Amino acid sequence: MRALFLTVFACAFAAAGCRQDMHDQPKLRGMRGSAFFADGRGVRPIVPGTVARGHLNEDELLHTGKVDGKLADVFPFEITRSDLERGKERYEIYCTPCHDRTGTGNGMIVQRGMKRPPSYHIQRLRDQPPGYFFDVMTNGFGAMYDYSDRIKPEDRWRIAAYIRVLQLSQNGTLADVPPAERTVLEKEQAQ
Amino acid sequence: MAQIFHKSFNSISKASIVAGGLVAATLLTLVATANTSAWITAVGEAREQTPPFSHKHHVAGLGIDCRYCHTTVEEAGFAGIPATKTCMTCHSQVWTDAPILEPVRESFRTDKPLEWLRVHDLPDFVYFDHSIHVAKGVGCSTCHGQVDQMPLMWKENTLNMAWCLSCHRDPAQFVRPKDKVFDMTWTPPANQREQGEALMQEYHITSKTNCGVCHR
Repeated sequence: MRALFLTVFACAFAAAGCRQDMHDQPKLRGMRGSAFFADGRGVRPIVPGTVARGHLNEDELLHTGKVDGKLADVFPFEITRSDLERGKERYEIYCTPCHDRTGTGNGMIVQRGMKRPPSYHIQRLRDQPPGYFFDVMTNGFGAMYDYSDRIKPEDRWRIAAYIRVLQLSQNGTLADVPPAERTVLEKEQAQ
Repeated sequence: MAQIFHKSFNSISKASIVAGGLVAATLLTLVATANTSAWITAVGEAREQTPPFSHKHHVAGLGIDCRYCHTTVEEAGFAGIPATKTCMTCHSQVWTDAPILEPVRESFRTDKPLEWLRVHDLPDFVYFDHSIHVAKGVGCSTCHGQVDQMPLMWKENTLNMAWCLSCHRDPAQFVRPKDKVFDMTWTPPANQREQGEALMQEYHITSKTNCGVCHR
């Protein structure tokens, strides 16, 4: 009897102590709602005109893709192989759903009803400076929303550089291939 | 003076010691089992959401990368829940009049965020950072399971402390090459022990089990 009583007492004691105050503390964590603010958001919208430290974005070329208001024909930093590889990776995350991996504009979302974007390989787009692609990613174009809040400026430039790579790849000739590789290709073609 | 207790109490008191122990052990086992059971941890329980978002459709069906929506997973603690604008990037053109997507359009019109219910909710006294795990070769599917096969999201693992420690004590079991982190189909190869240990060297990973690593 006593053992039973003690057990029940211990259980009741344990259950009474079973609160989740430490699990659910009255602090805010990323994107958690808040009963304090009328709109229920813990993440507060940024007050218009706010400039975060280091985000003055004074560099016109880096942040707008323009030089003196005209689309830039240069990159704001030197494009190395690792930049191109990063550009490819970012391109395949954010752009392939519509533009597809080769840039012809027949991605999966287009096949499901999205307005088809033009191919990168048409003459009009081959003639555009890199600043044009940066501008489209930054401000959107036609049915395409802007990606300025999803892709950092440096990565937008790397994607623009990778679009150049795609354009080259789809319009290359045998003469563009280094001699060592060319013999391999010619051998394959002969077979 | 008469005896207070009957003679049979000798046996009853001995038996009660054993019985008391048994009851306590049973109760403890019950609590421990319940605590790690799906009833408490909600492992494998698909969570209803409004709208009913399907990772299976968007990831396996359409081939969209995790990072298209979870944009901060590589650089912040929180992987990020996409803004309604991210949904509308496609859904302003695709399935524009589907009733199922009305909450998304309403959120976009009124600038009132969608309220998703958390599937993975760590206690507030636990510190967790996605970016460092992703940067060191811990893949999405190691913790979240094959999300691309989940119509509605569920929790694949308990996320309890013993589970975290099973990897923190011996990361070599799970560490994968960095270029496979977002690969939903990756499974540990036969030589995972050697490969994992080699990758730990290469990525400078050490077993981290100090209290302060997660409780800071």
